[in-house]
Amino acid sequence: MTGYVVRRVLWGVLLLILVSALTFVLFRILPTADPARLRAGPNAGPRVIAEIRANLGLNKPLLTQFWLYMKGLFLHFDLGYSYYSGASVKSLVFDRLPATLSLTIGSAIIWMAIGLPIGILSALRRRSRTDRGAMGAALLFISAPEYWLGLIVLYLFAADIGQIKVFPGAGSYTGLTADPQKWVTSLILPWLVLAAGFAAVYARLMRGSLIETMGEDYIRTARAKGLPERRVVLHHGVRAAITPILTIFALDVGVLLGGAVLIETVFDIPGIGRLNYAAITHADFPIIQGTVLLAALFIVVANILVDIAYAYLDPRVRYS
Amino acid sequence: MSPLDGAETPEVTAASSASEASPDAGHSANPEPAHPVEEPLLRVEDLRVTYLTEDGVVQAVDGISYELGRGRTLGIVGESGSGKTVAALSVLGLTRAEGATVSGRIAFAGRDLLALTESELRVIRGDEIAMVFQDPLSSLHPMYRVGAQIVEAIRAHRDTAKAPSRARAIELLDLVGIPEPSARVDSYPHELSGGQRQRAMIAMALANDPKLLIADEPTTALDVTVQAQILALLSRLQRERGMALVLVTHDLGVVAEMADEIAVMYAGRIVEHAPAERLFAAPEHPYTWGLLRSIPTLDGPREELLTPIPGSPPSPLAPPSGCRFHPRCPYSEPEHARIDPALEAVPGQPDHEVACLLASQTRRRLWMALADRNRTPDQSLSTVAPSSPAPAPESAA
Repeated sequence: MTGYVVRRVLWGVLLLILVSALTFVLFRILPTADPARLRAGPNAGPRVIAEIRANLGLNKPLLTQFWLYMKGLFLHFDLGYSYYSGASVKSLVFDRLPATLSLTIGSAIIWMAIGLPIGILSALRRRSRTDRGAMGAALLFISAPEYWLGLIVLYLFAADIGQIKVFPGAGSYTGLTADPQKWVTSLILPWLVLAAGFAAVYARLMRGSLIETMGEDYIRTARAKGLPERRVVLHHGVRAAITPILTIFALDVGVLLGGAVLIETVFDIPGIGRLNYAAITHADFPIIQGTVLLAALFIVVANILVDIAYAYLDPRVRYS
Repeated sequence: MSPLDGAETPEVTAASSASEASPDAGHSANPEPAHPVEEPLLRVEDLRVTYLTEDGVVQAVDGISYELGRGRTLGIVGESGSGKTVAALSVLGLTRAEGATVSGRIAFAGRDLLALTESELRVIRGDEIAMVFQDPLSSLHPMYRVGAQIVEAIRAHRDTAKAPSRARAIELLDLVGIPEPSARVDSYPHELSGGQRQRAMIAMALANDPKLLIADEPTTALDVTVQAQILALLSRLQRERGMALVLVTHDLGVVAEMADEIAVMYAGRIVEHAPAERLFAAPEHPYTWGLLRSIPTLDGPREELLTPIPGSPPSPLAPPSGCRFHPRCPYSEPEHARIDPALEAVPGQPDHEVACLLASQTRRRLWMALADRNRTPDQSLSTVAPSSPAPAPESAA
């Protein structure tokens, strides 16, 4: 097991190196991507550009550049400086991370808490009115684009522009350490909007997985033992049905930690997604590169965690 | 036409065994050893199971009746789709959850199981009646240790702490012949061999000393060498514990050595029901003949061709009219497509019942001719029976 984890982590590191190399290459073959020119701004003369090029080390051989870039990245998490503001990408990313973490984790808890019980009920009462209602609603929430849902919710409930002024509106995000109560209220709407689509997806996943599991022979065995139906469902059915869902869950959370661009934009939450969106509009490549690498890191880590978790969740999976 | 017109199936069934038993089952739950004849442990009367599927109504079990005394063994034999498994699952109420309609009467130790609520039935399941399933790998939960699954079965019915339950689980694993039970108790199902898994299933079924064990194809998913061991184990446990056993199988060889009585099922019905020796010595139904003649023997010539039953089992959605076996029966006559034979006692043999439209003398003559052509099926079966040592195949030389 330990050997497996070590190997899995090494593969993850290798993957991150590859992603880093890929972004490095991309940024040097993109036609508009001469960093010195971008950094210098539109009105700079050739001397200024040459100076910046020397400062950034862009006049060194490509392999040397690559080595310095990788060294900075892996030893100091040095992602360079924003072309637009000149701020360090590293500090920008770390400043924005708490908001994205808050949004993702809170929303993940909500969508699991809503989606899984609905999925379980739907599976157990298949084709009933409860099931049809729940699955119809799920389809609605899956189909509703989250930016649209976000705007609707703001229009209805935001304190500033809403019809019923309940929750703080867009741009009200407050850090957890600054004011915990405001942190909660400012995030309730984005949490719910982000969770809505995921809860719908997870309800459907849970329903499908549990229906399949409840048809398994070991469920019949559990009933033949004389166990109460509640225990048959939760201890035998859900236990087996939830394993593949947790895999998807970890990956979804990993992806969202890389930035929930739409939600952060609609609610103006200063998270990684918002940072990324702004960077794209300004062609601010160091920031884009930083957020891409961060997203890759989260996804790789989520994958490793899934693989390790699987060994504990399903004893048939034993890595040797 | 049968010579015994007018005899209703349930009456024949009742008359064929405990005739002095009280028809009132209410007070017979406690067996009194002084009584010479006691109420059978299990009495199934006119059991019918219907499924509503997208393609139509499936009559999986179509009015079967049988009885089983304490400590006795009934073999239910039939092809896939004959309804034998559904008939067995219905005893435990395990067909209820799947949208089936079950009617009839299943009296177990004086109680009508079909009249019980789900929670009343749950008290009996896994306690007084236990079940062993076909495929032990898919029937054991893949994510829990074998011991934990046995402990769960114990604690579902007994208010015992975890430690003594675990000790009991180890004891049970030892009883069913699993080596190093105190280590194996912590194994996951996939870490055991096929035979050990089925032994673990049996250990789980025995956890609460059931009065009745229903084994649904308990050896079908296992290697041939292991099959015999599992059958020997079931046989020993049954003897030691005085359990009644319903053994559901498609393999007459499996029931040959173990069953006291055999019921042959075809298309949801019992077509022949007789004491085991009698069924092998003088089978009455053409379908039973077909089953017997499709079994290979070890002492026969190697070139000997097995005789398959022509055709395939009928669709349960649209069973044939009249005698359900008539499309595949080599001896069927035109009117057999119209007349539905009842299960009736063979003349002079009150405990041998058959549902066949051929005259009794005709059947006897046909079977004699078939038996002469091969060897006697009695002899051939004793050699296929799994637990008997295989004689050297000298006749092939």
